[in-house]
Parts: sequence; C-alpha cells; structure tokens
Amino acid sequence: MARLSFPRLTASRLRRLSPKRGVEYLFAFTGLVMIAVFLFMALFAPAIAPYDPNKTRVGELYESPSLRFVMGTDRLGRDIVSRVIHGTRTVLLVTFSSMALSSLCGVFLGLISGYAGGRFDTVLSLFMDSLYAFPGLILAIALAVMLGQGIMPVTTSLTVVYIPIYFRMIRGEVLSLKENLFIEAARAIGAKDRTIMFKYVFPNVIPSIPIVLSLNAADAVLTLAALSFLGLGLPADIPDWGFDLRMGYGDLTAKIWWPGTFPGLMIVLLTLGFSLFGEGLSETLSPRLARR
Amino acid sequence: MILKVVDLTKYFPVQQSFLERLLSMRTDYVKAVDGINFDVEKGEVFSIAGESGCGKTTTGRLIVRLIEPTDGRIFFKQTEITSPKGEELRKLRKHIQIIFQNPYASLNPQMKIGDAVGHPLEIHGMAFGKDREQLVVEMLEKVGLQPTGKFYGAYPHELSGGERQRAAIARAMILNPDFIVADEPISMIDVSLRAKILELMNQLKHELNLTYLFITHDLAVAKYISDKIAIMYLGKIVEMGRKDAVFSQPKHPYTIALLSAIGIPNPKMKRKHVELKGEVPSPINPPSGCRFHPRCPMATDICSKVEPDLLDLKNGHLVACHSIR
Amino acid sequence: MAEGLLRIENLKVYYYTRDGVARAVDNVGFSMRKGETVGVVGESGSGKSTLGLAILKLVPPPGRIVDGKMFFQTIDLTDLDEKEMQKIRGKEISMIFQDPTTSLSPLMKIGDHLIETIIAHERVTRREAEEKALSLLEDVGILPERFNDYPHQFSGGMRQRVGIALALALNPDLVIADEPTSSLDVIVQCQILDLMMKLKKLYDMGMILVTHDIGLVPEISDKIALMYAGQIVEFADINSFFEEPLHPYAEALLDSVPNIQLSDQKLRYITGNPPDLVNPPSGCRFNPRCPHAVKECREKEPPIIHPEPGRVVKCFRYEERSDED
Repeated sequence: MARLSFPRLTASRLRRLSPKRGVEYLFAFTGLVMIAVFLFMALFAPAIAPYDPNKTRVGELYESPSLRFVMGTDRLGRDIVSRVIHGTRTVLLVTFSSMALSSLCGVFLGLISGYAGGRFDTVLSLFMDSLYAFPGLILAIALAVMLGQGIMPVTTSLTVVYIPIYFRMIRGEVLSLKENLFIEAARAIGAKDRTIMFKYVFPNVIPSIPIVLSLNAADAVLTLAALSFLGLGLPADIPDWGFDLRMGYGDLTAKIWWPGTFPGLMIVLLTLGFSLFGEGLSETLSPRLARR
Repeated sequence: MILKVVDLTKYFPVQQSFLERLLSMRTDYVKAVDGINFDVEKGEVFSIAGESGCGKTTTGRLIVRLIEPTDGRIFFKQTEITSPKGEELRKLRKHIQIIFQNPYASLNPQMKIGDAVGHPLEIHGMAFGKDREQLVVEMLEKVGLQPTGKFYGAYPHELSGGERQRAAIARAMILNPDFIVADEPISMIDVSLRAKILELMNQLKHELNLTYLFITHDLAVAKYISDKIAIMYLGKIVEMGRKDAVFSQPKHPYTIALLSAIGIPNPKMKRKHVELKGEVPSPINPPSGCRFHPRCPMATDICSKVEPDLLDLKNGHLVACHSIR
Repeated sequence: MAEGLLRIENLKVYYYTRDGVARAVDNVGFSMRKGETVGVVGESGSGKSTLGLAILKLVPPPGRIVDGKMFFQTIDLTDLDEKEMQKIRGKEISMIFQDPTTSLSPLMKIGDHLIETIIAHERVTRREAEEKALSLLEDVGILPERFNDYPHQFSGGMRQRVGIALALALNPDLVIADEPTSSLDVIVQCQILDLMMKLKKLYDMGMILVTHDIGLVPEISDKIALMYAGQIVEFADINSFFEEPLHPYAEALLDSVPNIQLSDQKLRYITGNPPDLVNPPSGCRFNPRCPHAVKECREKEPPIIHPEPGRVVKCFRYEERSDED
C-alpha cells in the first residue's frame, strides 16, 4: 500500500485488456472469477449450504471430513462447510460496505480538500496523515475495542482505517489536476467552483479508484480476519472465518486440522482474489514487467 | 474603442522557503507586467508580441480576469471591469473569452466535444436541451468539425491537435462574445496547418463581429494578421503602432534587433543581424531606468537613470526610447 | 567516396508499440560530404528526430533499426556493437539536444562536465583537459569565471552553449543538432545559430540540423532533406530548393510559412491531418492531402527520381524528368 498513485482505468485502456496480453490478463481474470465465486456463495448461502451453520450436534464433535460433512465438524459439531459459506456473507458484507463508505468519504473529502486548498486543506491533511501514520491493524484494533462488538462497529472501524488512503490519493491527483489548462479554461467560460470540482476534476480522478478499491478490499479482508481472530469485532453467534480460525487454531495440537484450516484457506483465497484482480488490472494498464 | 488598459500592473510574489518567511526577509516580486497602457478598437486585431518573460501572456490573463491586477484599470466598452467579482464577473465572461495555446491541455479529457462546446451555454443558462444541441451543431459546422455527428460525441484524445484547437475556438465563440484573447493559438500546431486556424479566426471575426487581442512570440505571424501591434519587453511596452509603421519603420532598438533575428525561408533574403549582448534579465530585478539599456547598442547615460515614456512619433506610432528624435 | 562523410542507405527504424508498429523512418537514404550541412526538415510525424537518433544508434525502445546501412567515413555503423558505438559517440559523431537542461547533470559543474567528457575519450592529463575545456567555453562565448558554475545557474541560451561546447569537445567530424533552438527565444536562437555557423567553419565539421522550422535552414545549411511520414520526399541544395521546390509537399509547406520580409502574403495550408505512422496511406503517403494526386499516387509508392544531379524527389510527377540513375 505504499504507492500513492495507481494507473487509471479508462475506456481506451480497458480495451487493451484481452486474452492476448498474457500474464496480467490471467491475473485479472482469475481474480475476478474468484471474487465472483465468493459473491455467489454469499448471495445464495442459505440455498447452497447443506446445513444450518449454527446447529450443534453433541454426538458428532470433531468429525473428520467425510461425504456427509465435506469439511468435517468443529468443536460444537457444527458443519464447517455451512459455516464457511455463511461466513462469506459476513465477510463480504463488511468488506463491501466498508470499502464503499471509505471510498465515498475519502474521495469526497480528498476532492474538496485538494480543490479548496488553504487552511481547511492543511488541517484536514494533517488529520488524515496522522490517521494514515498508524499501522492499519493497530488502528483497527483500537477502534474495535472502543466501539465494541457487532457488524456495524466493525464496519465503521474498517471504514475509518481506509479513508485516509483514498483521501491522500485523490487529494494528490486533484492538486496536480488543478494546475491543468482545462481547469483554467473552465474558469474562463464562467464555471463556478462547484461545477469545476464535479464536472472537470472529479471525472478525471475516477479512473484511479477501481484498482485501489480492489487492493484495499484484499487488505480489509485480512484486517477483518485479524480482528475476529483476536476476538474483537464480531460476536460469537455470527459465522465468521476469523473467529473460527481462532477456535480451530487450538485444535491443531490435537492433530485436528480441519476446523482451522478451511476458514483460513477461505481468507487466503478471497484476499488472493482481490489482489490478483487489482494487480492484474494495474499491470494491464501500466505494465511494469519488462516487455521485449 | 472596445478595450482600454490603463497602467496595468501585475506583480507575482516569489515563492519563499519556510525559513525565508520565518526570517521575514523582504518578499521579492516578479514584475511581470509593469504599468502598460493601450487601447483596442472594435473589430481590430491587436497583437502583443515579445519574447518569453515579457509579460504578454500575463496581460492576456489579466484581461480575461483569470488573474487579478496588482494595480491599474481595465475598461471594456466604457465600463470599468478591473474589480467586479462573482455574478458580475460571470456575466462579463459572456463578452470576453480566451483561446489557449495548448490544444492538448485546454479541453477536459473526460468531456465529449459536444458537451464541452455547449458547456458555456449551460453555465450561463442560455439554452437547453434540443436548442442547445442545435447551437452546438451549428458552431461545430462553423469551425469545420464535420461531420458534426462524429465530432459531437468524440473525446478530445480522438482528435488531432488542429481539430482540438478548433473545438476550443468553438467553445470560446458559442456565447457570441465581443472580444477574444488569443494566447499563442497556433504555436503548438504544425506549420502547414496554421493558416487554416488563422483563416478560421478571420472568418469568425467577420461573421461574429469580433475583436482580437492576439498574443504571440512569432512576429512573422503577427505581421500577417495584425492591424496594430505592441512590442513588450520585461513587462513594458516599448513600441506600439499600426502594423505597417512598426514593421517597416521600427524605431525602438529592441524591435529592430528582434525583427532582424527572425529566420527567413528564403536563402536570397539575407538578414543583417543586430547583435544584442547578453540575454533577457530577470523580471525580479529589472534594470534601472530603461529596462533595455544594458543590452542596447544605442544606450546613453540617461537610459540607465530615467525610464522613457511612450512618445507618439506620429500617427499613433509610439516608442519608449530616449535615443529617438 | 573519398570525401564522403556519411552515407545512409535504405534505413528503416520502426517503433513496436502496443498500438501497432510505427514506421518512423521508412527507407531513407542520403549522403553527405565532409564539412557539409544538411537540414532535415519535417513536421510532427515526419520521423526527422528518429533519423538523427538512429545515426548514433540512440533510438529508444520500443524503437529499433530494422534494416538499412549507415556508413560513416569508412566505418559501417550498422555493424558496430554498443561498446564500439560508445567510442564513436562524442568523439567522431556528437549530438546537440533540444533541451540543454536534460543533457546536463544538475550535480556537475559545467567545467567538470567538459573535463570528464574529454578524459573519457582521450589520453590527456586533467590539466590538459581543463585547458581545452576553457578554450571551448571561450569559443562558445561563456566567460571563464563561469567554469565552476552549475547548470541551473545558467539561462536557457547559455545552457545550450554549454551543450554545444560538449558536442565539440572532441572535435567530431559530424554533429547532429536535434532542434537545438526550439526551446529558445528568437534573439537567442539567432545567437546560437550564428555560433554554430562560426564553429562549424572553425572546426571544419559536418552538421545535420534536424528542425521543424524551415526558416532556420537557409542560412546555415547547404542541403535540405524534407521528410514526410518517415520518408525523404525531396533532397536538394538550398538554393535550388527554395527557388523551385519540386515535391507538392515542399511547395505547400513553403506557401504556409510566413516570411516577415514580405507584405501581402497569402498563407496557405495543407488540408487533412498529419500522417499516421502506424497506418500510413497506401501508395504515396502524401496523396490524401496532395492537390495533384492522381489514381497512381494512391496505388503505388512513387519512385525516387533524380531530376538533376544531386537532387532527389519522390513523386510521380517527375518521372519524365528522371536522369539515368
């Protein structure tokens, strides 16, 4: 996440995204497919999951993976497959909401701050920079502790963690765009500042957002998992990978690998999906791999 | 007289480092435009010519009020326009427009040409929907961007430099302004395509009853299109007058040197260069007295002490020089 | 060939971009003698800069020399590898770049720049190199006290003089000047051209002047090579060219350049847009814009014709005038 500027997703560049392009297309395509699979799981969870994720079976604790319980059962006899599938809902809900909110806030604030300049911009930037200075996870933990458990508080804390990233990126773009001749031209035809911001600056800033969105989502999935792993954030009754991972972690010593591994695998795969998509898109639009 | 400029001045503060500001050392100013006076008659093409740093571009921006003058007054059609803001300024924009030098940068890359050209109409609430579309299409036809359907929905990057400049011209003209500042409108266009833009500008001048303030560093072009011309050096006008007078009988030593330095596409027409010492000094600390004196082959004692005024030689041919009799 | 300085045959330089193959130089050939100056003139998309870079094998990727031969005196440049080219660059053939700012390291004093360049190629002591450097600076008109200044302390024109000094440091037989004055003002431009002419004679160098400004060419060049869409469409000695340009593009171009010494000029322009180097027009590349184009021009590439000794034109119109090759 150290880069401040990402390549811009414009229609003409998107047309370059074709199977002929090789590795980066593969990345982006694979990532997209993976995300789609998870999305599907999340949307149709009740229909796909074989069992109720919260149903405990006292007699069938720690069943190893079999035809009946493809991923086995956990310490309370709950079917892990169903838990994992339902867990997708939680993760995607939190991830998408927090991404949506943080990008909305960050972009909007970055736009206004960058364009307006002056003291407002100085103060806001200082604030955002200090937030940004915190390692994301530490900040998320601090916020989670303050806000307590639940989906809303977790989403809020994740949102807050990512706002500075969008703010800084968009503000940077706005600052450099502001110097452009077509902005001066807009002023010369009599456009109001508001019009210039939303019709001239904003559309030119949008193309840089999609890739950051995807890469941030990857980061958010990991942060959310970390929070749950630490027991913060989500309450125990909501199926959640991070929480299950934590519970399953202790079972490893007894050579019971399945309650921890499968949720862990899901975390890795979803993060990988977002990363592949984001990096693949980024690579297509501004290749860093040497060609010829 | 459609535009009158009196003692127009613009100083830009030089960026200071934090330390300098802390020690509150005296702020330096770039004296980009330092007290210039000129009039433009309706229907004229008035050129301001000079090398880089002379203040011509700043003058253009001052007139369209993209920047604020430090001092002096601007009169447009008898009304003073030096200081109006807000709504009054917006209304003024309907009458005074600007065409920029760089056609690759003056159009919003995310806006279709049709929307860009029609945007002034939207801003000033002058036409909507189908009416607006109609006006834009007519304008596109006028500037030669045909078939209009193709150009209306195109994005700037799909157009060549010359086409983009024509779109920029269309945008400037759509409100039917009275006065256009053209800031080096052809310097970034290929040589073989320049005359096309100039011809278009001339045609529009007659159709829309326009007056042009044409800013350029290319004196050959200035000679081709102007009625009157002002030569600027380090923020001052050093010579001004009707085109024929200034080009065939230049009086100021700088003008003479400048004209002799221009390349001529004809090996038989050799030019006699006037050698000028050194280069243009910094506008932060311009030379005392006549700003040109350190390089002037005709400089005398008084030139370093007293700034010469613009004197009328005859028929409106003005020169600021002590050595002219 | 005893006096031959440079001979280029069938040179092709293509850029392999993501959007297709741009044929920047497509089958170009000409020759020069010792001490001659050739002006390579063209507008955007003509390939002139690429030609200059190709001679020194400095074409940046994704560009590549695809075909052709370049002979410098008796050496075949096309066969040399990078190490051998490095011995040629600066010493036998050197380059003056358009932007002096980018060719000078901001961290090195200009005196040291010169010394390092000299030492890299010649077996001399530092003291000897310093003496040579000082004399070079004198030749280009820079005062010796500026020997230890950094590039940013010089103005644009002065930096270009340093660039010229660097290009001449090792007494090359050929200097390629790529738009050496485009970023400079008129008066400085004139000074630099005068300097280049003086030094050319003093050092008895051959020069290739690449420029888009045809007005610069007559004074300094002996021959002119006019390029369009990657090809030389006309090659002639200066006087013949300006007296009677043969190629339609040459005619049209000269008609579109304002000449400040003429009054009542009628400037013309060329219809259409600059050529697309990835998809050039079929047949003669100028045909879509040529007022004299006929069916043949669209179908076949025009032959290279020698209407007089030493003159080349690539156009069907002159087939009858062809001397036996």
